[in-house]
Amino acid sequence: MSAETATEAGAPVEEHAPRWRVLLSAVMANRLALFGLVVLGLLVMAAVLGERLAPYPPNAADVPERLRPPSLRHPFGTDELGRDVFSRVLVAARVSLQVGFIAVGISLAAGVLLGLIAGFYGRWIDDAIMRVTDMLFAFPAILLAIAILAVLGPGIANAMIAIGIVYTPIFARITRGSVLSVRERVFVTAARSLGASDLRLVTLHVLPNVLAPIIVQTSISLAFAILSEAALSFLGLGVQPPDPSWGRMLAEGRGFVQQAWWMGVFPGAAIFVTVLAFNLLGDALRDALDPRQRSAIESRGLTA
Amino acid sequence: MTGHNGQRVLEVHDLQVRFGTRRGAAHVVNGISYTLDAGETLAIVGESGSGKSVSSLALIGLVPQPPGRVTGTVRFGERNLVTCSSEELRHVRGNDIAMIFQDPMTSLNPVLTIGRQLTEGMQLHLQLDDRAARRRAIELLDRVGIPSPDRRLGDYPHQFSGGMRQRVMIAIGLACDPVVLIADEPTTALDVTTQAQIVELVDDLRRDTGMGVIWITHDLGVVAGIADRVAVMYAGQIVETAQVDALYEHPRHPYTQGLLGSLPVLGQPERELATIPGLPPDPVHLPSGCPFWPRCPQRLDERCETERPQLRDTGEGNLVATFYEAKPASEAVS
Repeated sequence: MSAETATEAGAPVEEHAPRWRVLLSAVMANRLALFGLVVLGLLVMAAVLGERLAPYPPNAADVPERLRPPSLRHPFGTDELGRDVFSRVLVAARVSLQVGFIAVGISLAAGVLLGLIAGFYGRWIDDAIMRVTDMLFAFPAILLAIAILAVLGPGIANAMIAIGIVYTPIFARITRGSVLSVRERVFVTAARSLGASDLRLVTLHVLPNVLAPIIVQTSISLAFAILSEAALSFLGLGVQPPDPSWGRMLAEGRGFVQQAWWMGVFPGAAIFVTVLAFNLLGDALRDALDPRQRSAIESRGLTA
Repeated sequence: MTGHNGQRVLEVHDLQVRFGTRRGAAHVVNGISYTLDAGETLAIVGESGSGKSVSSLALIGLVPQPPGRVTGTVRFGERNLVTCSSEELRHVRGNDIAMIFQDPMTSLNPVLTIGRQLTEGMQLHLQLDDRAARRRAIELLDRVGIPSPDRRLGDYPHQFSGGMRQRVMIAIGLACDPVVLIADEPTTALDVTTQAQIVELVDDLRRDTGMGVIWITHDLGVVAGIADRVAVMYAGQIVETAQVDALYEHPRHPYTQGLLGSLPVLGQPERELATIPGLPPDPVHLPSGCPFWPRCPQRLDERCETERPQLRDTGEGNLVATFYEAKPASEAVS
């Protein structure tokens, strides 16, 4: 409580830390988000170090050791070729994160750009862009990705492009919706009255005001993209054997559910924890990004 | 260009603004003309929907076209701001002609620090480096009466009160030493004591810098103290314009008389406030002839309904757009 009263008393003359540090401390104050951040840290570590961290080479078959249950030597057990499941889950983090970040990067860039143009200029440009995104929306996400992969051919790079295209409309729609309300606000006219160009208005005044929903959507889309990659790899359209991927491992484990539950459970758990981490982080970011709510969050965080 | 007192800085001639709507063309501003000299305050007074805000937005090309359509001339220096390129307009905006808006709660960008917003105009027009811009931002905040300005540059708008935000807006407007400041009802959203402070602040700044001020308001009381001239707008037209004293002492247009009669006077609480019967006309269906005739207490004959009266000199310094001069205000009100 004393911390809270202290912030209240000191409210008029607040200290000014750089914005990213304020944001970081707001996220840190939320325990669930902190969990998400820690999980992501571990994942990034696994993705970067990969093979060097893994106790066994991920693709090394050791047939005599096949289908061993979890033990000290093989914490997650071994698969039907005797490969160490733990090593494979660890190394597959790289593929999942890569696909997640690159695919979402594609949809983020394309979607936000389209949404900004549609929302800011309105009229026929808006109609043209939004009708195309409506069309993309009409397909079930995974079906659309499969269709795109059918054209491009299977493989991890094409999977990224396909997932990127599939999640572009949602960014376009969210951005456009926010831009529509922001562009009518007086400060946009005020900035225009100062001589700001359209480009400057959009990037400096409109974009920062629509960033909060976009960042939240990014975090949630990362989760969906990782799920999509798992689904595509499960179907054999993403990562090609023998390279490990959580989705592929699930697919391979499916045939051994009776004999070797660990083949499916551990990659599944990895997907679950990763997706959860991104979602928790997304929620915390949404709260933290609104400067009007920030002081409330900070005080809550200090007393929690 | 910098203004010397008395030098003509802005000349508006036959400015018209129409908007295409589903019901037809809305005639929002119908041929207004006025001039502004350096160091002068011109008040444009009118009720909501009289076109006063739109006409001022049109001056610097802030009316979206389409659906808007602006014609006429706005002469500023060598340029006609109605026809010049958007590139040229951008150079004029903020640099030569600055604008402050009605609601300081919404006219500042909530996610940028005020330091960032203060230096925006300087970056666009003055080519100042970061340190010089920061120094100037501090000076400006100090000039508009923000305490400890160096420590407030990093603050966000929500950390300021309404009056303080309007001061910040004024500082932003002044950043490039504009020749003309358009103040679009800058005190409407503020409480009365803050209003008086802001009015005084703008007037001080005008005296110091010699800029011309166009003060748009619906509140005749606010402008009485600071305006040199007043233009009264009704249905997109200027119906009367005069030096401020002349307007208050002998208003000649029946609408001006109605406006003045509807003001409460301190010390006369028993007096019933006069009202102007009826509503302002729909800009899509303006009445033919004088736009005020359906509500006019002076209306005499069909001429009012068929012919639009032009501004003419009454010989007392008032320019009035009416065929039949109103009786002196004291009789008309009673």
